[in-house]
Amino acid sequence: MKHLRSIDELGASGLLELLQLTDHMAEINQRPVPKVPALRGRTVASLFFEDSTRTRLSFETAAKRLSADTLTFNVSTSSVNKGESLRDTVATITDMGVDAFVVRHKSVGIPWQIAQWTKASIINAGDGAHQHPTQALVDCYTIREATHTSRFDGMQITIVGDIKHSRVARSNIQAFSMLGANVTLVAPPTLLPPDVSHWPVEVSHHLDDVIPTSDVLYMLRLQSERMSQGHVPTLREYSEQYGLTQKRVARLRDSAIVMHPGPMNRGVEMQIDPSDVKNSLIHRQVANGVSVRMAVLFDLLGSGANLGGQA
Amino acid sequence: MSATDVRRAIVRIAHEIIERNHGIEGLAIVGLQRGGTWIAEAITKQINEIESSVTVPVGALDVSLHRDDIGLRPVSLGAITDIPFDLTGATVVLVDDVLFTGRTVRAAMEGLNNYGRPRAVQLAVLIDRGHRELPIRPDFVGKNLPTQKDDDVSATSDGVRITAMNASSK
Amino acid sequence: MSRSIVIKGGTVLNRSGELRADVRIEKEIVVEVGLNLKGDTELDASGCIVTSGFVDLHAHLREPGKEEAETIETGSRAGSLGGYTALVAMPNTDPPQDSVAVIDFVREQGKRAGLVDVIPSGCITLGRQGETLAPMAELAQAGVNFFTDDGFGVQDASLMRRALEYARGLGVTLAQHCEVAELTKGAVMSECQCCTDLGLPGWPAIAEELMVFRDIELVRITGATMHFLHLSTARSVELVRAAKRDGLPITAEVTPHHLSLTQELLASYDPVYKVNPPLRSSEDIRALKIGLLDGTIDAIATDHAPHPRRDKEMSLDTAPPGMLGLETALGVVLAFGDLEIKDAVSLLSWNPARIAKIDKVHGRPIAASEPANICVFDPELSWSVDLQRLASKSINSPYVGRTLRGKVRHTIFKGTPTVIDGQAQK
Repeated sequence: MKHLRSIDELGASGLLELLQLTDHMAEINQRPVPKVPALRGRTVASLFFEDSTRTRLSFETAAKRLSADTLTFNVSTSSVNKGESLRDTVATITDMGVDAFVVRHKSVGIPWQIAQWTKASIINAGDGAHQHPTQALVDCYTIREATHTSRFDGMQITIVGDIKHSRVARSNIQAFSMLGANVTLVAPPTLLPPDVSHWPVEVSHHLDDVIPTSDVLYMLRLQSERMSQGHVPTLREYSEQYGLTQKRVARLRDSAIVMHPGPMNRGVEMQIDPSDVKNSLIHRQVANGVSVRMAVLFDLLGSGANLGGQA
Repeated sequence: MSATDVRRAIVRIAHEIIERNHGIEGLAIVGLQRGGTWIAEAITKQINEIESSVTVPVGALDVSLHRDDIGLRPVSLGAITDIPFDLTGATVVLVDDVLFTGRTVRAAMEGLNNYGRPRAVQLAVLIDRGHRELPIRPDFVGKNLPTQKDDDVSATSDGVRITAMNASSK
Repeated sequence: MSRSIVIKGGTVLNRSGELRADVRIEKEIVVEVGLNLKGDTELDASGCIVTSGFVDLHAHLREPGKEEAETIETGSRAGSLGGYTALVAMPNTDPPQDSVAVIDFVREQGKRAGLVDVIPSGCITLGRQGETLAPMAELAQAGVNFFTDDGFGVQDASLMRRALEYARGLGVTLAQHCEVAELTKGAVMSECQCCTDLGLPGWPAIAEELMVFRDIELVRITGATMHFLHLSTARSVELVRAAKRDGLPITAEVTPHHLSLTQELLASYDPVYKVNPPLRSSEDIRALKIGLLDGTIDAIATDHAPHPRRDKEMSLDTAPPGMLGLETALGVVLAFGDLEIKDAVSLLSWNPARIAKIDKVHGRPIAASEPANICVFDPELSWSVDLQRLASKSINSPYVGRTLRGKVRHTIFKGTPTVIDGQAQK
């Protein structure tokens, strides 16, 4: 595997392999000295055009635990803003000897476009509303860890919120379905894409109908801009209809899991503090981030899977 | 070696370990994934039968991520490392089935560093087949078997077999 | 003694029919059509169709203002290689074509290049801002009879009504880029399942159809002549068909790319496929082709939109929309258009000449005493785009790697060959 750009590009077997590999990485992270020399001499560059301290640090920690060198490319001070094209930026950094780029950008498709201009591996840390594959890996791993199953056949996963603008939703819908889960989307019609008939999902506009049968309740963040753009009348109405409230938590199955990719908009999609939700695995999602990203980096750069021509 | 030879070698090695270390205090056995884990378990079981006062712990170490040839050839990870005890101050006996170039053992010693600082590290192998590329020597050996560099050596509880890759070797 | 040119061995194609004949040209006129003609220069047309030069109703020549992408000269050259002898230059230049000074400049540059007739169109609104009318009467006096705000549609219905009323008084044609801007904010591609998968804002079909509907009704009450630019959806075709049945003075065009490329190509993330209106579905393509066959759509126009390489190396959402079209139009139309050659020529030459009101000079029959604006093309030749050899200054053609059918061999403009054996002459 040369790149990790989208879940559909990864495929079901790639997905399962990475999840298995993550177990090894999780063990490394338990060691008193959580570091292995596996990617010694390799360089991983962070190219974050969109702010995200948490994801970027997660990747950089992962790289360092595998003994890779890291480069951080700070966009706001870079020459990209001075009119240098994306192509020139990527070429310049590649010339410094980069083996992998971790890219986050508000525009869809950047990870594929960049791949034309460099020989390095590309890891998509989020491209517009399109895909965020490592988040989906983290989420699948977290569910797997909690339920001790590697496949999700028969599991009912409910994703709630702004599906239309969510790359996490798009990646997760693919990943959860690949592992056999039944996925239901819950959102007002304005926060769903115009036509999802070709997606492997059920759709409901009433969260309360779906709560009792959900094994996993996955809450998405609602950005406050959605109100000014006319997608929801008010944030309060959205929160009443689609937010996680005390009442709704009480109606969840005992075994149900609550998840959220973060960061949370308190009082909007989360009316209740996650530490008060006993089935919340949000802290595990955060904890698993480094292990998952180590698995990705190792698979792309160290496992020899794409040696291409070397003996 | 036959299955009986193997069993006898394991018993002998267990005795030698106890003798060399003047007892079992501070001892820990760590088998290398995948070939050494069954031997490590067999040795540990034997030691614990001989000296039943204290149980000597056994663990398994996957060295794939510490190898020096990552990026040169495909790496597949073995089962996960499981060392459920503190190694600091312990005398660790690494156990593997076949000692060859010595690179796996070097990787194992590096891997052990992640878990603490042992007081001493000793090496027990079922077979020493020669052709060392690094300055590594075993403390306990089941049997010395001269081989050709490209022979294939397999060791299981049913016995040890050498398969010549080269038609001209005997 | 005047030098004569003879086009030998081709098949002359006129509205009245086709015949195997040679064509002799002297000065700027066709002097004879017959067999075994002789001349000072002989151009081999064996296996070729000899017909009137093509007329493009819709070309962005980028000068003044964006000469990095194209100039009137390079655009003209690209046109001549595509078999064109006349191009209607779109007014979204900088400064825009809403004043006589700019109109004259564009016309002059066209004359200086001397490769095609460059026919400047005027803006409907001042600066294409959609707020007040451009000085259409003044521009009409300067010879402009085709007005559009292309790139934008006129959003304000009452302004459009007044523009149509004014236009009717002047006897000029208004052309609309149908797009209700409120519905296409941030849109990158057609609103469809592929768009949903990519997480991109979509350009819904109704954003075009609503304005087509509105303008048809405005034509109905004002009686002005309207031309619809680059129609892209099945429903737009239906609306225009019904309007024509009602006898309204409406014409319409479609681009070669909207006849051959679908929206799913955007899944390659390549901004070369980004265009306004966007590529649509195969059902839409089918409906557009039917519209060509039954006369609902009158012309094929390229919407030639050059962009410098750097602009198309940006992200999908920030890259400007538009594709090259002049040099590939014939090849695409014959390869993918499902059209008979005569229908193709009608759509590329005779009808657009009429719509642009230049049919006294272009789109003429090949016959004695007619102006010599001629295109000679081989309808069977397979070829593919070589980016190095395009005459355009830009390279944003979506047809790289695709096999086209039909290539221009010679183009004659005002009796002078601008293209011989596929090579530009000046």
